[in-house]
Amino acid sequence: MSDAGKNMPWKEHGLTESEYQMICQLMRREPNYEELSLFGVMWSEHCSYKNSRAQLKKFPTKGPQVIQGPGENAGVVSVGDGLGVAFKMESHNHPSAIEPYQGAATGVGGIIRDIFAMGARPIASLNSLRFGLLDNNRTKHLLSGVVAGIAGYGNCMGIPTVGGEVYFHPSYQGNPLVNAMCVGLVDEDKIFKGSATGVGNIVMVVGARTGRDGIKGASFASEELSDQDADKRPNVQVGDPFMEKLLLEATLEILAKDLVIGLQDLGAAGLTSSASEMAGRAGNGLYIDIEKVPLREEGLAPWEIMLSESQERMLLVVDPSKVAEIEKVFDKWDLSAAAIGEVTGDGNFTIRKGSEVLATVPAGLLTDNAPVYQRQWSEPAYFQAQKNVKHDQLLAYGDWSGLLKKLITSPNLCSKRWIYEQYDHMVGLNTILRPGSDAAVLRLMDTGKGLALSTDCNSRYVYLDPWRGGAIAVAESALNVAVSGAKPLALTNCLNFGNPEDPEIYWQFVKATDGLAEAAARLDTPVTGGNVSFYNEYNGKAILPTPTIGMVGLLENLDCRVASGFKRAGDKVILIGTSKEELGATEANFLVTGRDEGLVPEIDLDLAARLNTFLVEAASKKLLNSAHDCSDGGLAVTLAESAILGGLGLEAELVGDISAAAAFFGESQSRAVLSAAPEKLDELTGLAAKFDLPLAVLGTVTADKFSIAYKGEKIECPLAELTDLYQNTLSRQVTL
Amino acid sequence: MFKATVEVMLKKSVLDPQGAAVERALKSYGNNDIQSVRIGKMIEIMVDGKDEAEVRAKAKDWADKLLVNPIMETFTINVEPVK
Amino acid sequence: MSCKTAVIVFPGSNCDQDCVRSWKAITGGTAELVWHKESSIADYDVVILPGGFSFGDYLRCGAIARYSPVMNEVIRLAKRGTRIIGICNGFQILTEAHLLPGALLRNKGLAYLCKDIYLKVENNQTDFTSFYSPKAVVRIPIGHGEGSFTIAPAGLKKLQDENRIVFRYCREDGTSDESTAPNGSLDNIAGIINEQGNVLGMMPHPERLGEPVLGGEDGRYVFDSIFKAVTGQGGLN
Repeated sequence: MSDAGKNMPWKEHGLTESEYQMICQLMRREPNYEELSLFGVMWSEHCSYKNSRAQLKKFPTKGPQVIQGPGENAGVVSVGDGLGVAFKMESHNHPSAIEPYQGAATGVGGIIRDIFAMGARPIASLNSLRFGLLDNNRTKHLLSGVVAGIAGYGNCMGIPTVGGEVYFHPSYQGNPLVNAMCVGLVDEDKIFKGSATGVGNIVMVVGARTGRDGIKGASFASEELSDQDADKRPNVQVGDPFMEKLLLEATLEILAKDLVIGLQDLGAAGLTSSASEMAGRAGNGLYIDIEKVPLREEGLAPWEIMLSESQERMLLVVDPSKVAEIEKVFDKWDLSAAAIGEVTGDGNFTIRKGSEVLATVPAGLLTDNAPVYQRQWSEPAYFQAQKNVKHDQLLAYGDWSGLLKKLITSPNLCSKRWIYEQYDHMVGLNTILRPGSDAAVLRLMDTGKGLALSTDCNSRYVYLDPWRGGAIAVAESALNVAVSGAKPLALTNCLNFGNPEDPEIYWQFVKATDGLAEAAARLDTPVTGGNVSFYNEYNGKAILPTPTIGMVGLLENLDCRVASGFKRAGDKVILIGTSKEELGATEANFLVTGRDEGLVPEIDLDLAARLNTFLVEAASKKLLNSAHDCSDGGLAVTLAESAILGGLGLEAELVGDISAAAAFFGESQSRAVLSAAPEKLDELTGLAAKFDLPLAVLGTVTADKFSIAYKGEKIECPLAELTDLYQNTLSRQVTL
Repeated sequence: MFKATVEVMLKKSVLDPQGAAVERALKSYGNNDIQSVRIGKMIEIMVDGKDEAEVRAKAKDWADKLLVNPIMETFTINVEPVK
Repeated sequence: MSCKTAVIVFPGSNCDQDCVRSWKAITGGTAELVWHKESSIADYDVVILPGGFSFGDYLRCGAIARYSPVMNEVIRLAKRGTRIIGICNGFQILTEAHLLPGALLRNKGLAYLCKDIYLKVENNQTDFTSFYSPKAVVRIPIGHGEGSFTIAPAGLKKLQDENRIVFRYCREDGTSDESTAPNGSLDNIAGIINEQGNVLGMMPHPERLGEPVLGGEDGRYVFDSIFKAVTGQGGLN
């Protein structure tokens, strides 16, 4: 040990001096090396949420639909018929920056384990990805690797990857974001929890053997990335989806046979985190004998065994009489299962090597006693400064057809076909609305119902106005679900931010979570879980704040689902909502000026809630032939997408008293483009009036002509050209 | 103990898209002297045995039965003693 | 007459349940799941080898599955005349087991591809395609990373001469050229049949477009045809 290590033992474990003093006080003695390494990971931001906990309390977490809120492996909402939907989203940003394929693959693997740890069978995956601009080989390498990793893992597991979002912005160049979400189905009365109850019960580790993978990944996730830290990096975790498939089937088999009391997946900080959390939740103690842990290689130090992040492992708490039967099931699937410890009544988390005690810490100190920091925050100067930007360049652009083409060939707006065709999105035979729609719709077999799923976040909005951006992320993901005909039920989130010790970053975090919390409450979509990822910076520069939302909605009648594409020539095209002079923070402005600037569009949450209810009711009455939410790129892009996806054209005339730029490309919130048979128009108009929503008929669906007029200005383009640009841009740009 | 190394390559007549992709990439960095790139796999087997000949025979049997698909692949075997 | 049907389950199979569900939805019959470690199985009328990643498929797709105990039984049933269909990974396993000729290589674009594609039914005079009209163009999804069919020239000629290429990749209008196959398959081959006409392998997934709610039902007629070949009746549903 170096001198620095002797004098400042906390340093090696990523703790501060005051945290070390706190530990000594709580333990009433100095911790030894092994004990301190436990605190190091359990008190890291990644495991303890010490910088975010105070803010996360703002989130609404309850509602009649919520069966399981935050605190377990995943949240669960009820969809009726005795069925629950377990879902959660998690980040795997830093590992993906280093090794995109394995980083993304193990991110997917981890979130899948969270879902089946609840006793749920995973039925769908989604993701949210952020990269730097596509103009350089590093981005292409990261994008290709991440997509291949997600595909490699999910496809082999046989879990369809049904949706997601991908954005490109310079701020993610050194620190891409990989947020993975998984959704599973569970009988409401068969939900399992990660709790070590029953003194004398046996603790088992099952699945893969333990090696030196990703040691200290949790503390690594709690630091900024820079060019200099190549040797600080943990060993890359390598995912084995075949092993996970076996683990999934074996785990669901022992749960069905009622052989298990509690279970939890092994993720960040490995055995340490899972075992202490299971003990902490039950208020019990627990010991682990590291000599009993099946190892993949020899010579692992005790702390390495306790912190290894080897993938595809689960921790079980079982009645002693069931151990043999569990071993038999795992043997059938050619997996290892080993009894490694026992639940105790002393409240201590103890690590033994045979009879020798290496570390013993009250479990609650690790899981519940991490310091909670109320960080300082201050409003950055840019916040007020850019609000008064005039959009002269965009207002005077003039070539609106050209700008539309520019927008739909922007990697942020064009079709993500090149990506989702690499994901098996059909396995399971439940994918009814495939990727490319606003939300993916899955059927819930034997119920006649459907599930609508979406991920969303406009990080430019969040950067320019964190409150509005946070609220809009929720409103838009709810709208994605509602345009499909589904009632938004609840959400999970992944809060990706820079260094929370920077007051201006923390300001972003506080304001964005304020907006998120308010929108979640007003739209009746409680937060059932999620994850916080701080320190997303590269060489001192933070990413755009990115609080990603994963939304789950319920379609009471699957037959009433609505897709985004036009369905029939002759249908009326309708705009619901109001277009305002809102050019700030738009994709169009960014493409024309290259700047993130301007006033973020207003969001009226009451209006947003009414719009959702209206859409669900219109769908249930089968009044709509298509519905598409109006978001990035504005109305012209939304109309173009509905045309392209439906393979049909459009002739429309917009009305209003705003600029042409705003009419075509403004991003006013709470709008949707609908199409309906002419004979349904009266009923639809009446329904809109009932919800006090402005409705305007813009024009008619045509066979192949695409034109939008506004006050003498016009966008006109052959549908075939738009379709080719939209569908094939990404593959052209990615190809090295 | 011996180390048997089975090198598996796609047959010359079979298209190797991985190799072609790497070839394109290397050439894009200015390596125009490259004639061709082919990618295969190497399988290392640590195995007890009497002598090299016996281990080689075993390895050939495994290659024929499982490790190699003769429709599209060829292989070579190396055996060396290890302590 | 009943139609005793098995779906073989390897540890990494992931379309096994899909096949059971789809078989039932289309034919009204039940299909039993059979674990790959079974070394003796009943005389099934139909055996389905489903899609998936049988053993992770890290070595070669289907290479390890071929040595599962159940495969000796599948070979026995093939000789007996049982209709056997290998879909995707099932096709790969059938070639590794030498029940069908050729091999399946990595896709030409190197990436896994999941999308609807068009197929031409080149031979509708088989037990697997009798419900299709001659040279029908059908929409059926693929989902694979290693589906590029290859075979030595002599083998290809034999397949062509004996009219054993059952499905070829084509465009929506039925035309094709050398670049039509999304995976780079030789001669646009998507599915072939054995000499006896009772073993079919195909990379596309007919079960994935077998019900209107999934977006189409061009795929169902493969199962309808098999059911009719065994029972003499069309599908019940």
